[in-house]
Amino acid sequence: MRIAVAQCSPALGAVKRNLDMHRTWIARAREAGAQLVVFPELSLTGYYLKDLAADVACAADDAQLAPLAEASRDLDVSAGFVERSADAKLHIAQGYWSKGRLVHVHRKVYLPTYGIFDDGRYFGPGDRFEPFTSAAGTVGVAICEDLWHVSTPYLYAAAGATIVLAPSASPGRGVAEGGDLGTAESCRLMDRFYAQYLTLYVAFVNRVGHEDGIAFWGGSEIVAPDGTVVARAKEFEEELLVGEIDTELVGRERARNPLLRDEREDLVLRNIAGRLGLPLERRD
Amino acid sequence: MTSTLARTGVIKPDPKDPSPLRIDEVLVRKMLVLFIRDETTKAGLKRAVVGVSGGVDSAVTVALAGEALGAENVLGLFTPYRHSSAESRAHAKALATKLGFTLEEVPITKQIEAYFADNGGDTAHRVRVGNKMARERKSIEYDRSWPDGLVIGTSNKTELLLGYGTQFGDMACAINPIGDLYKTQLRELATHLGIPGEIVRKPPTAELWVGQTDEDELGFTYADADLILYHMVDRRLRPSELIAAGFDAALVTRIREMVRKSHYKRVMPLIAKVSLRTVGHDFLYPRDWEAD
Repeated sequence: MRIAVAQCSPALGAVKRNLDMHRTWIARAREAGAQLVVFPELSLTGYYLKDLAADVACAADDAQLAPLAEASRDLDVSAGFVERSADAKLHIAQGYWSKGRLVHVHRKVYLPTYGIFDDGRYFGPGDRFEPFTSAAGTVGVAICEDLWHVSTPYLYAAAGATIVLAPSASPGRGVAEGGDLGTAESCRLMDRFYAQYLTLYVAFVNRVGHEDGIAFWGGSEIVAPDGTVVARAKEFEEELLVGEIDTELVGRERARNPLLRDEREDLVLRNIAGRLGLPLERRD
Repeated sequence: MTSTLARTGVIKPDPKDPSPLRIDEVLVRKMLVLFIRDETTKAGLKRAVVGVSGGVDSAVTVALAGEALGAENVLGLFTPYRHSSAESRAHAKALATKLGFTLEEVPITKQIEAYFADNGGDTAHRVRVGNKMARERKSIEYDRSWPDGLVIGTSNKTELLLGYGTQFGDMACAINPIGDLYKTQLRELATHLGIPGEIVRKPPTAELWVGQTDEDELGFTYADADLILYHMVDRRLRPSELIAAGFDAALVTRIREMVRKSHYKRVMPLIAKVSLRTVGHDFLYPRDWEAD
């Protein structure tokens, strides 16, 4: 099964233009034979929105997102937008459209608010990590900073995910001599570690382009459960990255290396519950 | 993995070891060319205007602008005052010939002298005259950027952090590709870009008065300042930690104070807040706010 990563450069605050851009990339993914195309974080709006966040926000079932539902009739689409919840909170959201309808929304849980990031000023956090069924198998969505928290892919793997989609807006920084871009090194280490030790696919979906002087570095990649890089996009340039997901490989790797089977979730839970002073009833 | 840790993990400040300042020139060049191209195009413009002094900062800037937009879309302005050196002119011209951009010479002597004839004459402090010259030059760059060009800044990270520049003068610009690179790093990038060695190696000067050099006026070298600033700013070490590591205590304290006192130059003017929503305080839209 083939998936596509749309390493694109959304226009900041220009939702209509970005919708057109999505239609173009979806068509390209379709031509490439992909059954799923994944766009980066906030692909319909741009990332450093500041006060624009409220201007571009909409409900997940808003009519302005209908073109994505329409485009998803013959291949699945995962794209980012600012969701205004029923109680008027703003969230960084990643929708998943399949067979003409919205089937899942993940709200970014970890909102970086330090250094060059200010998510927590403008957005409210999501409160769950729910895997769901996708064209690529059981999937968990980790939006950018979500993936940097070890517990996120762990919880997804524990709940049955065989692929983690990580739509991101990762700014490139760190240009010291003698290596790769600092951010790229960190992300690649993370992708490979999670893939290999949770024995699942990781699709890191980054954007390119600039917003207010900050460069998003691209370098999207699909890493297999055995740690190999299935496909990797160029840095700083737009690219439709296509890669094959071998659903059997997850089984083979888990047979060879049954870390997840042997995982003691009950111990994790008791340990954390005890430390937080939460009551935990035994079910035996 | 060892190299990664050595580069970004362990901090070993040493006044004699300049290696922490080394950059990956290929990567930086790519990032800065894309930055100029993307931010210029997004502003709906296509040309760059750069004040070319004959020094290394403007040489790097004009080279990057040429790569980003094509040399035919870059206008270099050499704006000499009567005491500007023949060497500066020769270096500016050599650069234009090598890189292929248009270089125009716009002297500023007449207007500077006309102004000071009625405003202090020979008694005007040289810093006033120097500031006036810097602002005159920038005013010409902005004039020549109309209608489809962008003024590209040439202030490096060392100057910005020390406040060693004229506010709304040489520090003014629409976008600045080199403002996150220390002088030492700019020299490295300049060599990588093929900027002639005599431009890279000559003592930096703003030529605001005869015989002025940056390092004489500052009282320390860029090499020393850059290493202190790198550890203080980029690696977030406290002055006490730098002094403990062997950096000169007086110099660390002096540089820290220069950074503090000049911070007003690096931010937008303060606006008194009286209303419910105020530019700069809680009316916070991105500059790259695009039309739908």
